[in-house]
Amino acid sequence: MEILTTIFIQPFFDMAADPILFLQVIWEGFVTGILYSLIALGFVLIFKASGVFNFAQGIMVVFAALTLVGLHENGIPAYIALPITILVMYALAFSVERLVLRPLVNQPDIILFMATIGVTFFLIGFGEFIFGGEPKMMITEELLLPYGSITFFDDMLILQEIDIAASGIAALALIFLALFLGKTKIGIALRAVADDNQAALSVGVSLNTIWVLVWFISGIIALITGIMWGAKSDVSFALSIIAFKALPVLILGGFTSVQGAIVGGLIIGIGEKIGEFYWGDLVGGSIESWLAYMIALVFLLFRPQGLFGEKIIERV
Amino acid sequence: MLYREAGQFKTTYIRDQELFPVKQDRWGIFVIIGFSFIIVPLIANDYWLQAILIPFLIYSLSALGLNLLTGYAGQLSLGTGGFMAVGAYACYKLVTVFPETNVIILILISGLFSAGIGLIFGIPSLRIKGFYLAVATLAAQFFFEWLFGRVQWFYNYNNSGAIEVPVRNFFDIAVTGPTATTQARYMVVLCIVTVLALVAVNLVRGRIGRAWMAIRDMDIAAELIGIRPFPTKLIAFAISSYYAGVAGALFVFTYLGSAEVEVFDINMSFEILFMVIIGGLGSISGAFLGAAFIVLIPILITNLPLILGIPINSATVEHFNFMILGALIVLFLIFEPHGLAKIWSIVREKLRAWPFPY
Repeated sequence: MEILTTIFIQPFFDMAADPILFLQVIWEGFVTGILYSLIALGFVLIFKASGVFNFAQGIMVVFAALTLVGLHENGIPAYIALPITILVMYALAFSVERLVLRPLVNQPDIILFMATIGVTFFLIGFGEFIFGGEPKMMITEELLLPYGSITFFDDMLILQEIDIAASGIAALALIFLALFLGKTKIGIALRAVADDNQAALSVGVSLNTIWVLVWFISGIIALITGIMWGAKSDVSFALSIIAFKALPVLILGGFTSVQGAIVGGLIIGIGEKIGEFYWGDLVGGSIESWLAYMIALVFLLFRPQGLFGEKIIERV
Repeated sequence: MLYREAGQFKTTYIRDQELFPVKQDRWGIFVIIGFSFIIVPLIANDYWLQAILIPFLIYSLSALGLNLLTGYAGQLSLGTGGFMAVGAYACYKLVTVFPETNVIILILISGLFSAGIGLIFGIPSLRIKGFYLAVATLAAQFFFEWLFGRVQWFYNYNNSGAIEVPVRNFFDIAVTGPTATTQARYMVVLCIVTVLALVAVNLVRGRIGRAWMAIRDMDIAAELIGIRPFPTKLIAFAISSYYAGVAGALFVFTYLGSAEVEVFDINMSFEILFMVIIGGLGSISGAFLGAAFIVLIPILITNLPLILGIPINSATVEHFNFMILGALIVLFLIFEPHGLAKIWSIVREKLRAWPFPY
């Protein structure tokens, strides 16, 4: 009976007893959730456009951040390093399309998935070879990102300015993306490919261009994520594990849904932080590593295609 | 010329149902088994046994298990490392709780724990498919990594947090622990792997294996012809996890000697998946070929500069190792997406028709 109380009742009392702390936990979860959403978004874009489950998304985050920091360390000022990094991401997208996707077109999904793991290995080796394996500091100041914190309720609620900036930039990026997909010619072509690539091909959309483009957009999203996440911790290959954190977001939101990625990211981010903070100690802590998966798994039993995923229709 | 089936008539049903219907195949298998049981322990040195052959056999076993699940039953799983960890820790607990029982039996029993866990994590497979399922099985991976790292009961509350393999005998010969010779450990691994591989060959050609393949090829159609998907998928998960569990127990008990849960991390799951894909999905021999490839390539990359006499520091080698492995995987998938087993079957067809083109 006492165990039941500590599991099912006590945490809620804790929440009610200190609402400001609860708010703080939710805020932390919200910020993490936004970063998860961004990673998941990169996954979703590529999955929709080319049907590739891009395992390399996590390493692209690290690679982008590492390129930026590495260039800056070699004496290139931030305002030049940033465009160069974007160019590097374009080169990456181009070479992935040319060297990996194009020869493997029409192969089963699992083969393409394995190929992206191959790309991941390659990028890990390549990044470490060029920039070294030791953790680096993100160049927050040079990128004109704010640091420091704002406090509310007599220093009870602390919001890091970088977190606020991260949410703002993420929101901006999402709006840009929505406008780009909805209003521009290329964006509409991209959605056409996502819808049905053969039909798109038959009305004159170049699949190869679209694939380069979609990997490039994912690369830019990875860069944004990398900067934000790097500012919160440091830039190293350990960062790539956040990609694993984004996977439950994907199954929760659905592999093919942009809204799903955003909502799923926030649910996982907030749920994970609340779970860790109020229930984590009961089972020995650090449950963050798998709690998200359990949430997603339970969810899947009721909605196999995720929250916003397209209904899976099978024909025999 | 040597590889011909012509003239090998099957006159009884028993002959017709043999495991290896072609005479040359049968002799090939006998030669390989005989060679690895008799010649290898005599000629191989400790380095070969410890650094190459033992891990190769253990990885093969695990890849074999995953191949049953992914290659034959079509259920993608990324939780192999987690299932291996279950086997290893179950074996450790069993060995410390029942010190008198024969360790070989305990290794085989520990696979059952892993099979039970596999059953539980296989339940979502009825509702979800493909990559959704793969991500769901990652739950097993992360959960067990956390569980065995956090809950001290699993490593008997020792301070290091690692499981140390005690010395255990098999009829007066130490087969596990620090005093066991490499040869003894090799023989244990070889026996278990051989038996389980033969079981797998038999499984996939029987009723269960055919049901798996029907589910893999089209599950709705399979359901319509009377195969129940849920039990079939669950059996696949259980048997695959059994193989993974035994492989995990062997990995700690005969290869590493002591281990923390980190050795069974997500990279382990991916490595095993690589072996399955590179070896060839849906092929028993593919599991062995893939394991050989993945075990040998890093050793080759590390040693090649030394052999060629190029001075190169170890950190750079490590980086190149990753790069070359990644590039090789992509190249491999481009040139032969069906894996090494497919290459073998092409060679075999050529041999049969030789000297004619077809």
